[in-house]
Amino acid sequence: MSPAPIFSAFRQALGEAWAGGAGALLPLGFFAGAAVLVPLGIGTDPATLRAVGPGILWVALALSSLVTLERIFQADTEDGALDLWLQTGAPASAIAGAKTFAHWLAAGLPLALISPLLALMFQAEASADLLRNAALYGLGGLAFYFWGGVGAALSATVRRGGLLISLIALPLYVPTAIFGALAMTDAPGSDSAPLFLAASTLFALAVAPFAMAAALRLAAD
Amino acid sequence: MLTGVASPLLSASGLGMIRGERVLFTGIGLSVEAGQSVVLRGSNGAGKTTLLRILAGLTRPEAGEITRNGAHHWFAHREGLKPHETPRTHLALWAKAWGSSVNVDDVLARMSLKRPADVPARYLSAGQRRRTALGRLLLEDRPIWLLDEPYTALDSEGRALVLELIDHHLSNGGGIIAAIHGESGFVPANEVVL
Repeated sequence: MSPAPIFSAFRQALGEAWAGGAGALLPLGFFAGAAVLVPLGIGTDPATLRAVGPGILWVALALSSLVTLERIFQADTEDGALDLWLQTGAPASAIAGAKTFAHWLAAGLPLALISPLLALMFQAEASADLLRNAALYGLGGLAFYFWGGVGAALSATVRRGGLLISLIALPLYVPTAIFGALAMTDAPGSDSAPLFLAASTLFALAVAPFAMAAALRLAAD
Repeated sequence: MLTGVASPLLSASGLGMIRGERVLFTGIGLSVEAGQSVVLRGSNGAGKTTLLRILAGLTRPEAGEITRNGAHHWFAHREGLKPHETPRTHLALWAKAWGSSVNVDDVLARMSLKRPADVPARYLSAGQRRRTALGRLLLEDRPIWLLDEPYTALDSEGRALVLELIDHHLSNGGGIIAAIHGESGFVPANEVVL
């Protein structure tokens, strides 16, 4: 088996995400918008903001990841590309994984990159910790996109399946949200939390592609 | 090309399919040998597309068996074109995915797509989109072609082009299974009526 179809799927998904223009920027705007609204809602007390900031960003990240996921497999079933990808001879799980990873690169990674800026708005001190946290948001976001991809594949043939994706994916986001938020506090266990976060992301990377492949085969059937 | 009498390119027997609570078809059998074509006939909703999807391995039949001796090309109603893709980028993408060394420019010329080669698919006409998807058939030499209504949306020149491709493929020892309404334009070795 040649890996060429997998690279092609990755390239097409990346091109698709950028071609929409606003497509990849939409989650970024949503993420920033949600973060900006919170201080207006809960007041400007620096101590409060500093305490809730990282957690708010995790929630905003989880919701932002759902903004564009609806299209990644739905468009493929509508325009017939899914039929072509399923007939390349490459494993459907690898194709689905490549597409989801491309989607995370285009829409999810920018969220992590902008997170230090948003953290500053929550009165976080400008330190190397902000970059460490950005890496954690990136890592957790990867898990969000892969679990969300499972929801997207399951609802690929459902019109207006966005809400369905949320219902399927949000429970799967729980471990990532718990370990991710814990890793940014001084609570007991916070030292090892990044490792647990990494483990939960690896679990998503290992399991989600197979779930997506099964769902996509069902969508084509 | 060696004679394909011993083993057909594709054969199926006893195919049956249920959609919802309706029996779509039962006991369908067909066989395509090198240089042969089979045309699927039937009214709208008779299950021609479903049968083609079963032969392609996309849909699992409720009953029956399929044997394929060789790779196949899939050409259906939905072209698999992304709105942002141009004929050139689409064909280049699939050439790369399939490890084909065919020159994309040659395919574009063959399909009369030179002029709209760099126009995104969302601005292409239905016929131009069909031609782009048909171009995929030329990217890689595959013995079996599964065609679902290959003439849809094509002008007379496009029809002639498809016919040329089909003739060429058959004379090269390929096999074709096509769902066609009305005139097929060629003499099929077999017809399957659903």
